[in-house]
Amino acid sequence: MANMAQAIRMALHHGEKHQNLQNIFGEDVGPPLGGVFTVTQGLKTAWNTPLDERGIIGTAIGLSLTGSRCVAEVQFSDYIFNSIDLIKQAGMMCWLSQGRYTLPMVLMTPVGGGVHGSIYHSHSFDSWATRFPGWKVVMPSTPLKAYGLMISAISDPNPVLYLIPKALLRQKGEEKIPGEPQDEGELKSMIDAPLQNRENWKPKWPDLQEYKIEIGKAQVVEAGSDLTLVSYGRTLHLCREVTKKLKKENISIELIDMLSLYPYDWALIKKSIQKTKKIVFVNEDTEVTNFGEHLAYRTSKECFYDLFAPPKVIAGKNIPGVGLHPHFEENTLPSFKRIEEEVRQLLQAQP
Amino acid sequence: MGFRLSKTILKEIHYQMASSRLLDERLIQIFKKRGGYFWVGAPGEEAFGVPLGKLVKKGQGLEYDWLHLHYRCTGTLLAMGLKTKDALRQMMSRKTDPFTGGRNFIHHYVIPEWNISPISSVIEIQHNIALGTAHAQKNTKGISIVTGGDAGTALADFATSLIWSSKPSKPLPLLIIVLNNKFGISTSFDGQHSEKHITDRGKAFGIKTYNVNGNDVEESYYTLQESIEYVRKNRKPALLEAEVSRMYGHSSSSGANYDESQVCPLKTFEQQLIKEKILTQKEIEKIHQDIFEQLKKEELEVSGESEPDESIWSHIYANNEESNWRNF
Repeated sequence: MANMAQAIRMALHHGEKHQNLQNIFGEDVGPPLGGVFTVTQGLKTAWNTPLDERGIIGTAIGLSLTGSRCVAEVQFSDYIFNSIDLIKQAGMMCWLSQGRYTLPMVLMTPVGGGVHGSIYHSHSFDSWATRFPGWKVVMPSTPLKAYGLMISAISDPNPVLYLIPKALLRQKGEEKIPGEPQDEGELKSMIDAPLQNRENWKPKWPDLQEYKIEIGKAQVVEAGSDLTLVSYGRTLHLCREVTKKLKKENISIELIDMLSLYPYDWALIKKSIQKTKKIVFVNEDTEVTNFGEHLAYRTSKECFYDLFAPPKVIAGKNIPGVGLHPHFEENTLPSFKRIEEEVRQLLQAQP
Repeated sequence: MGFRLSKTILKEIHYQMASSRLLDERLIQIFKKRGGYFWVGAPGEEAFGVPLGKLVKKGQGLEYDWLHLHYRCTGTLLAMGLKTKDALRQMMSRKTDPFTGGRNFIHHYVIPEWNISPISSVIEIQHNIALGTAHAQKNTKGISIVTGGDAGTALADFATSLIWSSKPSKPLPLLIIVLNNKFGISTSFDGQHSEKHITDRGKAFGIKTYNVNGNDVEESYYTLQESIEYVRKNRKPALLEAEVSRMYGHSSSSGANYDESQVCPLKTFEQQLIKEKILTQKEIEKIHQDIFEQLKKEELEVSGESEPDESIWSHIYANNEESNWRNF
């Protein structure tokens, strides 16, 4: 099975071949490296830029103003903060121009912890991202979803922030990418650049098929009836483990993968709340003015009389960064243990 | 010394410079009588701005020039064909404002039909965006032109435009123009910058540079013509610095009062036109009076036009796709 890095790479190739994707760029995105996480190896239209996030995002805006589809990368979301005004500007173009300028651009950036990335390789950006009206914001949790979301993002006429949970980039999926060869080794030999002598290397792309995940739609990963867990990206997997463990105790958790943070699939979440009466939102961005708080607010506002207990938000602690030592990371970001404890506590609540 | 430009062009430039000045003066008056919320504009930049507007290859698409202008672009846009009435509509936040529908300040134009990128109040971000249009134009005959002020060159975005446009592997057809009025709001350039000319910074990147007295019409015209042709032909960047005046201060926030200490490019040009017998004093006065009357009439008409009634949620996404979370 392809891992997430390979899946995104294949989606970008699909974009080049079938979706008129003309430029993929960022720092170390082009040859010889093909991205620090190998996401852009072997892509025909990938090129290197100076170490300059503002230039990268500005170039993406300019290219897309001309109608040219592009995917730009900021190497880590930790370094995107110097470009907030440009991101705001991109989200404003369609509205400001009364719909006459649209920006078919994708800005992808790895986010979150889980890799011992220390203070400046562990930041989350999802809550920030949802504060840029005019953008769509997505975050995949599996290779297939990464493939489907990227193909949709490339097709979208609006700017799309494609947040990559960096801890999942090497994680293999349980479902094949449409067109992916049966043998994992074969895929690797086809699309992974050799470690040495890669100057003349060219990938052999599988015959990839279109597969889209509609932006704005969530998915029920596990149907349940006792409590709803809503997450995305890396923490979705922690929630899944908790769900599995509790299932053995005949506790039925409904697990929802949001996939799109904005626009988001409220209809699916609301339906689940009305069924289970209890809900927990889990993500790893810092807890104060967290995106999950918006969802919890909406839950209270619209589903108050459906609820058996107040909604919960499990998020990263409100501290400046994620410290390097595992002790810091474990106590900062949502963990399996913490999610399990909070879920068990909520399960005890009586109406 | 006589003019090199033809009488016809000189008269056109004069008319557009006078229109630009009188329009901005009318806009200031509208602000002062609370008919608009804010004014910023180009009095003092007309001798450079108008020739720029006349020399660009105007149109839509990559074969035409892309313009990433700062908000002192009155003369440039009028020379390209902007209707003064539409500027008044933007100033007075009317529904009929064809650029932003009442969303943005005066001179913050958005004109896709002329490749005018949305003009932003955020200083210098246009330098980053211009890289993208220039990149898309590499294999065309079009070029990208970006304008900004002197104060903005302190921002990293200016350095970005120099570095990216002069990349050895991918030079860009980008003309970078600095309109140096020697001020950032109230802070003098000389007190903050030690470089003699801003263009000196371009030389470090091997970029062709030009310095011009932006208060001189012909010098501006011919230097712009040469620099535009250089970029168009060589598909490489150029950096042009024009020294200009600022006749009414930074904006309405600083009072927007006439500054006698500044050299007025319009008066200077008119004196030259009279001296060279291109126009008489009487003809110039008549031009001013006609423009004044036209603007007065247009202001009255625009004041009777509707205010915006569109939903605030319109156009956030392309094709008006739903963007209001309350409706998700």
